[in-house]
Amino acid sequence: MDFLQSIDWMQLLRCFVVGGLICIIGQVLIDKTKLTSARILVIFVTTGVILGALGIYQYLIDFAGCGATVPLLGFGANLAKGAITEAQTSGLLGAFIGGVKASAGGIAAAIFFGYIASLIAKPKIKKQ
Amino acid sequence: MKDIETKQEYLDYVDKKSPNSPILKNCFNAFWVGGLICSIGQIIFDFCKYKGLEDTACSTIVSITLIGVAALLTALNIFNKIGKFAGAGSLVPITGFANSIVSPAIEYKSEGYVMGVGGKMFTVAGPVLVFGISTSVIVGIIAIFFI
Repeated sequence: MDFLQSIDWMQLLRCFVVGGLICIIGQVLIDKTKLTSARILVIFVTTGVILGALGIYQYLIDFAGCGATVPLLGFGANLAKGAITEAQTSGLLGAFIGGVKASAGGIAAAIFFGYIASLIAKPKIKKQ
Repeated sequence: MKDIETKQEYLDYVDKKSPNSPILKNCFNAFWVGGLICSIGQIIFDFCKYKGLEDTACSTIVSITLIGVAALLTALNIFNKIGKFAGAGSLVPITGFANSIVSPAIEYKSEGYVMGVGGKMFTVAGPVLVFGISTSVIVGIIAIFFI
């Protein structure tokens, strides 16, 4: 198959390693601090926005591809990138629109699939 | 046993009593599961690219697909098992964000669709969106003046 031949295996390896390392940071935060998972997610997204705004995160995305975009840091960086690009083209209005616009697909998907899942799945009964 | 009077003493007591989690093993599991999720994303990305889509479209498709799969696995109660094993490996990628929305949506179904599913859906994802989006608006405003 042509597609299999077109895969860049070195790129895939970089993606695996960087993605894994970012998860290790999360794991250390879970084990060494007593932060709840909600706080960890907030920390990751906010850090991603800041790293994205400073332009640092783009280097990691260029290096590792989805290894950098799939973790929540990438979600944050994407918000920042969208806000900056849109702010440059349409000013103050863009600053408000840009971030959410860039990540609208993910947010809408999560809400939509969450709703669908709640329709079909039964809540599991907690053992007392 | 002496009485616990201050908060610090209590924290010391908790530290002494709570089992040491095997951090190296946890990190190893988080590493390979997290890496694997990102690699699956990369393969989807490459496939979209191979089909001739733009980079931004590819990234969005990767997010939507991974969120969809995570939602399905959450609904089938498989995601919890992966999460227990992998810890941050499944929490830190976008799958963790999806799980944080889907899991309470299913859990609070009994409280009705509006306040149960619709409201409780955002117990974890709400804060993520509040801080993420607010910071991005600030970044956008700063960008107008400095770039």
